[in-house]
Amino acid sequence: MAIEVSVNGSPRHIEADPDTPLLRVLRDTLGLTGAKYGCGEGLCGACAVLVDGHAVNSCVTPLSAVAGSKVTTVEGLETNGRLHPMQQAFLDKGAMQCAYCTPGMILGAISLLNTKPAPTEADIVEAMDGHICRCGTYPRIVDAIRLAASRQAGNRPR
Amino acid sequence: MPDYHWPPMAQRRVIGKPVSRIDGPAKSAGRAKYSMDISRPGLLHAVLVTSPHAHARLKSIDASAAQALPGVKAVHLMANPGSELQWEGAEIAAIAATTEEIARDAARKLVVEYEVLPWVVREEDLSKAGDRVKPSGDQTTGDPDKAFAESDGVSEGTYGIPVLTHCCLEAHGAVIEWKGNSIEYWPSTQGVSSVGDDLGQQISVPATNIHVHMDYIGGGFGSKFASDTWGAACAQLSKKSGGRPVKLFLDRATELKIAGNRPSVFAKVKMAGKKDGTITAWQSETWSTGGFGGGGLNADLFPYVYRNVPNRRIKHSAVRINAGSARAWRGPMHTQVSFVTCAAMEDLAARLNIDPMELFAKNAGYTHKPDVYRSQLEIAAGLANWKTLWHPRGDSAKGHMKRGLGIGVNTWGGGGHDSHCRVTIHPDGSVDIELGSQDLGTGTRTVIAMVAAETFGLPVNGVRVRIGQSSYLSSGASGGSTTVGGVSSSTRKAAVNALDELLAKVGPALGAEPVDLEATGGRIQVKGNPAKSLTWKAACQKLGVSPISAQGSNVSRTAAREGLNSSGVAGVQVADVSVDIETGIVRLNRLIAVQDCGLIINPKTAESQAFGACIMSICGALYEERIMDQATGRMLNPDMEFYKLAGIDDIGEIIVHLDIRPEHDKRGVIGLGEPPVIGGIAAISNAVANAIGVRVPMVPLTPRRVLSALEERSA
Ligand code: FES
Ligand code: FES
Repeated sequence: MAIEVSVNGSPRHIEADPDTPLLRVLRDTLGLTGAKYGCGEGLCGACAVLVDGHAVNSCVTPLSAVAGSKVTTVEGLETNGRLHPMQQAFLDKGAMQCAYCTPGMILGAISLLNTKPAPTEADIVEAMDGHICRCGTYPRIVDAIRLAASRQAGNRPR
Repeated sequence: MPDYHWPPMAQRRVIGKPVSRIDGPAKSAGRAKYSMDISRPGLLHAVLVTSPHAHARLKSIDASAAQALPGVKAVHLMANPGSELQWEGAEIAAIAATTEEIARDAARKLVVEYEVLPWVVREEDLSKAGDRVKPSGDQTTGDPDKAFAESDGVSEGTYGIPVLTHCCLEAHGAVIEWKGNSIEYWPSTQGVSSVGDDLGQQISVPATNIHVHMDYIGGGFGSKFASDTWGAACAQLSKKSGGRPVKLFLDRATELKIAGNRPSVFAKVKMAGKKDGTITAWQSETWSTGGFGGGGLNADLFPYVYRNVPNRRIKHSAVRINAGSARAWRGPMHTQVSFVTCAAMEDLAARLNIDPMELFAKNAGYTHKPDVYRSQLEIAAGLANWKTLWHPRGDSAKGHMKRGLGIGVNTWGGGGHDSHCRVTIHPDGSVDIELGSQDLGTGTRTVIAMVAAETFGLPVNGVRVRIGQSSYLSSGASGGSTTVGGVSSSTRKAAVNALDELLAKVGPALGAEPVDLEATGGRIQVKGNPAKSLTWKAACQKLGVSPISAQGSNVSRTAAREGLNSSGVAGVQVADVSVDIETGIVRLNRLIAVQDCGLIINPKTAESQAFGACIMSICGALYEERIMDQATGRMLNPDMEFYKLAGIDDIGEIIVHLDIRPEHDKRGVIGLGEPPVIGGIAAISNAVANAIGVRVPMVPLTPRRVLSALEERSA
């Protein structure tokens, strides 16, 4: 069966079983390996991508569920070779070690700011709680999200 | 003899400054390729088939239906009829197919018959472990019985700390392409320079024919040194499929069962002391399991750090159970031994009615670094506001929230492993640094760049670091907090050697002897005289068409003499917790880590590593535990829902105090990966005892355990 989906701004026509996990399609078919396999069961957030601006765990999202949607992976965030402000904030705050969790974290954080541009501490914790970092970079992730939010607020025209 | 010494603290321009990791852009952009991300033309996907039984004999195995499935390209058997399988997850076969789905379908078609044998998978009750227990004998020092009889107070306690798994976010595995007699190997490994030899031995191929590549790794924590049986199976699948590349990574459940774990420890401890808090005797009876191999614990480490308690009796047993084998787990043995020792010390303090901070400090004479521990305890107490917040055991405040403080201590070796580095200065001024090392996320690449940049007087982005290839000069595996010590020293030496050659070439142009030249601020100049200088680029042009290639080596055996790195650190952790005695939920308010650390090259990544270590200790204190089920012989929680790790909401505030001072700095680089992971579990358990007035014997401190300890006290 063929499914139409926009991935990082390009229309894609994907021939696959509609039940195939989106993660598998992204990694194995499209070569977009920024989304990681961590658990395969929706429990770690390593595979998070944006679907129409909201973070979902792609390992438990069947391909059919994104038909007609816009999927954004970490590879689709840079514009003209410039990091997305959230990527830059993670870099500036040193919010990564092995960084295997980082793409999912960044996309989860962008999803948060899409709905709550000025998140409270409680908002950040709630949005990011499903993302596991085995290296323990959480304190700096919180800092990075705050930094990105404040930069975004500063840039907004009054 | 060239001068390799680290520049004096005050003169460093790059070392000691917080530098963002140089691979950060690639990592945050998603461009960083981990071995699990590697794809090659014609890639096959492989899965592992494992035993569902804790103990069984393989009777027969029939792969014909699996092999016949369209898309299946190779089947490799890893066990044979008659093989005895000693744990759930033991490897039976590996299957490669054009897609992972097909490989999984084929795995279901593999027909395996087992004769199920009796098993033991739990070790906490020694009386049920039967002949699986191997005593390691008594060791007695001094006269413990007399000391107990003559003491002012004796405390007794039981303690337990379970098996943990490493749970690296990137599972174990590799991509392998075996063409002719050459093997391309992309493993997820902590030892780029050594893992090829290991694979070669398993598959009888000379290591020189195996080319290891690894740019990024998603965690190792001590579990990823070997090529493993599944690495060998991956190679065989590639060979059997005519040299097609094969990707074989463990799924999460298999990863948690067979890819390594930290041994448990159970303990009965008795301690004696005087009224003033002086410890006079230690007696421990401990047992542990590291899986089918046995114990995995060196009981000589008891009592931890306070090694020289004069009267000691130590008894230990190893228990062999039917579960996957232990591997080094960040701070091997130390987390467990620290927990048991510090918990018993806190219990003794409570028994003697004195402040544990006083007891830990008073007995520092029993440690190998009395002054360092004393001063660290003082710093930690200050940061924790101990004087104000501490109270005798049992928070007497009204209500159901109880607050408490507790202490844990650590020690570690570290140092610098064997490492060889090649530095090339090109005539166009570019600089390449190559080592067969790896960056586990600790910031190794960045540290290498900083050392070279410091030496050449260049900015960090003025040098290019290449690691992750076995074709580079060999550098040690990353274990035991020895990487930064090793690679910084070899890089420093190679860079100084290269610079000396460059200065020799440039000297005539500046009309000066090479010894009178220095590299600073992007220039080569006569010492202290910027007027007589050349830019780095102009200086390198003097090389004509021949680049400079120089090497440097750190040899761990003799490194201490050179002063670039050394080993041996101390550290103290203090936890501040609040416990809800109605729900049993423990909340961490703060975890404070004061860490002695030697010379810190990059405080930004060092601090991040210490944060991470603290968080890992929080996981171990409050959440993580491998749970085995004696009825079925299986692990009950081989997934990330029930094998719990701390999330962003679970960690409270973490305060890291890297104890940087000139007298520590002059010891050179020591390494920081392990020590801050060690004391946190003890500190948190002690803080909970201080809060609720009773010891919860077993970690992690789950609500159920907290409530049952409270119930037992009121019963
Ligand atoms: S891999 Fe999808 S949530 Fe873990
Ligand atoms: S940085 Fe390693 S898992 Fe998050």
